[in-house]
Amino acid sequence: MPANNPGDLHQVSDRLAYNAMRHWKERLIEAVLLAAAAVSVLTTLGIVYVLVSESISFFANVSIVDFLTDTQWTPLFDDAHFGIMVLVSGTLVSSFVALAVAIPMGTIIAIYLSEFADSRVREVAKPILELLGGIPTIVFGYFALLVVTPILQFVLPGLPGFSLLSAGLVMGIMIVPYIASLSEDAMRAVPMSMREGSYAMGATKLYTAVHVVVPAAISGLAASYILGISRAVGETMILAVAAGMQPNLTWNPMEPAATITSYIVQVALGDLPHGSIGYQTIFAAGLTLLLITLLFNILGQWLRARFRENY
Amino acid sequence: MQPLTTDEIRIVIAKGKFRDNLFKAVGIFCLAFALLVIVALIADMVIKGAERFTLDFFLNFASRRAAQAGILSAWVGSLLVMLVTALAAVPLGVAAGLYLEEYAKRNWLTNLIEINITNLAAVPSIVYGLLALGIFVYQFGFGQSILSAGLTLALLILPIIIVSTREAIRAIPAMIREGSMAVGATRWQTCRYHIIPYAMPGILTGVIIGLARAIGETAPIITIGALTFIAFLPPLPFTAAEGGATAGLFDWVMSPFTVMPIQIFNWTSRPDPAFEVNAAAAGFVLMAMVLSMNAVAIYLRYKMRKRIKW
Repeated sequence: MPANNPGDLHQVSDRLAYNAMRHWKERLIEAVLLAAAAVSVLTTLGIVYVLVSESISFFANVSIVDFLTDTQWTPLFDDAHFGIMVLVSGTLVSSFVALAVAIPMGTIIAIYLSEFADSRVREVAKPILELLGGIPTIVFGYFALLVVTPILQFVLPGLPGFSLLSAGLVMGIMIVPYIASLSEDAMRAVPMSMREGSYAMGATKLYTAVHVVVPAAISGLAASYILGISRAVGETMILAVAAGMQPNLTWNPMEPAATITSYIVQVALGDLPHGSIGYQTIFAAGLTLLLITLLFNILGQWLRARFRENY
Repeated sequence: MQPLTTDEIRIVIAKGKFRDNLFKAVGIFCLAFALLVIVALIADMVIKGAERFTLDFFLNFASRRAAQAGILSAWVGSLLVMLVTALAAVPLGVAAGLYLEEYAKRNWLTNLIEINITNLAAVPSIVYGLLALGIFVYQFGFGQSILSAGLTLALLILPIIIVSTREAIRAIPAMIREGSMAVGATRWQTCRYHIIPYAMPGILTGVIIGLARAIGETAPIITIGALTFIAFLPPLPFTAAEGGATAGLFDWVMSPFTVMPIQIFNWTSRPDPAFEVNAAAAGFVLMAMVLSMNAVAIYLRYKMRKRIKW
């Protein structure tokens, strides 16, 4: 087709050929774009395939009952034990500490920004909070180990150099911006008329915030908490740096312990041969981690559907 | 119930006002505390790391002696990994966003892709590292290279780029498309000459935020087995390589590497306190990179909001 401009094509057959080419080109482009969109589905399939296939080889050697009930995690020792609860306890304790900081603080900041602060404060505070959320987690890990732990040791003598408490507290600060930002969006979506109704009955700002706005925005708040939990459970570097990496079945945040994520980092730092049982453990641990996050996300979606209010 | 006297009503109002103000104080305190943490974080790293902010620190390789150790291989590694990440994630993310907004029909496939993107954003980053270890490192045989790391981070930030592309495209009014189609443009021509240019600032914001996230990621890169001690740079194209050969244009993508966060992790976890100084200085450099990228993105978004043309 020599002509670049369809206006130059005077014969009907040329025009039809041009249109056919154009149509074919459009279809091709659409297929390419669809392929790009399908990469995300392939990613998910890849994750499931890798984790499940390596875990199947792992569970060929280790019984699933031992995996869930054993109280020791010593996969690289001669006397190998594979009790995932040891790692799960570290993950749950550190996440609990983090959420005990992040949920109250995040919610209070969100209520303050949405109901009390004037718009200029909000315009400045929100971007700064977003910056806090963008700080690399390794920097938070450094901060937890070398700044927060010494301060905590001053307050709580006897706290070891590595602890779930210190890592969890810093993790909480890291999660605050996510919860604050999402909760604030949810509360701002509550229509003004509901607040005005409450004020007209003589309610104070705080009473309106707690009894009208928060209940109306509860599905959004729940979603932000679930995101916070996913972040805490999946967080790696803060724990790898500041919580120590020795497996320890404990519910006491004052102790050092490994989590699922910091165990994976520890193994990856060493040089384990591909296909060995030690190599397979990190995939079994990863699968456990993915299932825990998945569980919370399903719970979150259910909560959102259950309590969603439409205005 | 007895009606309240004026004085009693005054007390009720005063109590309510007091509680409002108390909560306001708590709110300001929480906000200030969060800001204080950022300030403390930066101040600590600047003060501790101050003695290392010399040119040598940027031009030296890692070393066993803390005072001579530098971040040359780390920042070069981070830059090259980001290059691979951007080259993979930007075209894929923009194409996927464009497809979902402009082409996709409402059917099960589109729904599947959308649900999938939402869920991928909640997957912990270390799981991407395991994916890359299984697929890129062993299945595809890319090894522990810049290519493996760049592709891993590209998959990690793909949801961020897709979502911001979609938001930018959605903000373009339908009349732009109708106008273009009315003069005979095809769907692709409409996208190419109208949708993509108008959505560009929004896409750019998402790309910068995604890359800022990627440059600070440590866990997935450690998981694929990046080395922590690298005292050489990836081969520059067309320079002499080992064994008298000449390095090809793309040899660097298969090179072993280290990145800034891994260097910081390595220095932080050493018992010798002399390395803390290095960790602080390197941490500050990384923070400066990430925060300035984020600041550019926030500024772009702010500017965009101000000059909406339609």
